[in-house]
Amino acid sequence: MSNEELIKLIDTWGFTLQTTEEGTEFLTFTVRKEDLHEFCRKLKADPATHFDLLFCVTGMDWGNELGVIYHLASTDLKHEIVVKVMTADRETPELDTVCDIWRTAEFHEMEVFDFFGIRFKGHPNLKRLFLTPDWDGYPLRKDYVDEANMVIK
Amino acid sequence: MAEIETENKIKSEEYFVNMGPQHPAAHGVLRLILTIDGETIVNVDPDLGYIHRSIEKMCERDSYQQIVHLTDRMDYLSSHINNEAVCLAVEKGLQLEIPDRVKVIRTILSELTRLASHQLWWGVMGMDVGALTTYFYAFRDREMINDIFEETCGARLTMNYNIPGGLMYDIHPNFVKRVKEFVAHFKTKLPEYDRLLSGNIIFINRTKGVGVLSREDAISFGVSGPVARGSGFASDVRKRHPYSAYDRVSFKEIVMNEGDTLARYKVRILEMWESLSIIEQLIDNIPEGDHLVPTKAVIKLPKGEFYQRVETARGELGVYINSDGNKNPYRVKFRSPGFSNLSALNHVAKGGKIGDLVSIMASFDFVIPDIDR
Repeated sequence: MSNEELIKLIDTWGFTLQTTEEGTEFLTFTVRKEDLHEFCRKLKADPATHFDLLFCVTGMDWGNELGVIYHLASTDLKHEIVVKVMTADRETPELDTVCDIWRTAEFHEMEVFDFFGIRFKGHPNLKRLFLTPDWDGYPLRKDYVDEANMVIK
Repeated sequence: MAEIETENKIKSEEYFVNMGPQHPAAHGVLRLILTIDGETIVNVDPDLGYIHRSIEKMCERDSYQQIVHLTDRMDYLSSHINNEAVCLAVEKGLQLEIPDRVKVIRTILSELTRLASHQLWWGVMGMDVGALTTYFYAFRDREMINDIFEETCGARLTMNYNIPGGLMYDIHPNFVKRVKEFVAHFKTKLPEYDRLLSGNIIFINRTKGVGVLSREDAISFGVSGPVARGSGFASDVRKRHPYSAYDRVSFKEIVMNEGDTLARYKVRILEMWESLSIIEQLIDNIPEGDHLVPTKAVIKLPKGEFYQRVETARGELGVYINSDGNKNPYRVKFRSPGFSNLSALNHVAKGGKIGDLVSIMASFDFVIPDIDR
């Protein structure tokens, strides 16, 4: 399905979305965090979109907001999109898990939690994956400072 | 731990065992916390981070040329392909037109890298299931590839031959001759691999029907590379999104539908034949021209997001670069094949024996720095 057809179809679902194709090779949807799970479920379940492959999950710190970028593809329909979700809450950021939709997300969400401190509601086993359980702070955030271990130029 | 009642009413319970971080079958520092009932695996919980260096954070303070040198410390057996991924992403951002000569040389070296990686995998796969001889056979042949790398760029493992815009140097005058020698040599040796291990009854008993991953699960777990193709999921980036010179060679994508350890084994063996064929198609046709398009000393990517994927020996490596227009990227993410493949390990190993886990891990071909990054 081409990008225009995808935009047209997804618009009929009635979510509040920001759609952009600028500055990226993928069609990008930014979804409200309340809608994330329902939107992703629909992306996979609808036979016309059928995004069955989640091939990249990126945690992001945009400065004010924290969030996640999901790269999705459909193995049979051959189209690809990006879904972004963000939260302005930096103290206790929380998003819905998508690991019941794509099982690989279970690992990727643990990684995002480890480095960005975003908790995923409904995740079966959210824990520090790389760092030790008592690690202080979330290293890939932009405001993280570790004077002992970081070389700051 | 859950109590289990056995047939003859003896009370028993599940317990846990650490496999690794210093386990010979883990090929690196991977710790698996196994919950087991007798010898049957109930749950596999990987504990990562023993070799975590936070390469993604380091990328945020480095220039684009410096990032390239960090990537061959991820999957060190696919170092050339990792370098290529970053270079392609940067070149995509700069909209650089790369000379044909560079594309062809990069492709030949990528396939040599894949061969070297698969050779090493074959050697240790045999060793993991108890056939020590394979290790020596594989390393004998791999040595020839390493010699070619050494002559080309001075390094045998962490190559750093790619730079944004092309290659660091032109190829050595001996390159074509030595690659041809290697291809001719390895064509006589690859059938030996089959004769030695592929038909061995002990090996087949250890691998056939062990660790089955269905196609649906393979997609849901986002696995890629030979692991996906052994489960019938045609995931090859070289076919789906051709880069460098892969659009001008003909090769088969090896796909098997059994989904077990033996299928993953066979995919890699057959892939080696395809790699040899790709090299043969290109080695006589390296175009003349420059080996480099000069870039500015300070590379600044335009504001935006760039995603580049390549097929390493282990599967799909994705490089996501988010640039805000400065000389350093705002955020870099490496979607490493090993990490996604590892997410399927618990599902595959559950219900099997500990011995099966060893052969499953060998067939997944984990490189731990690639998982940890």
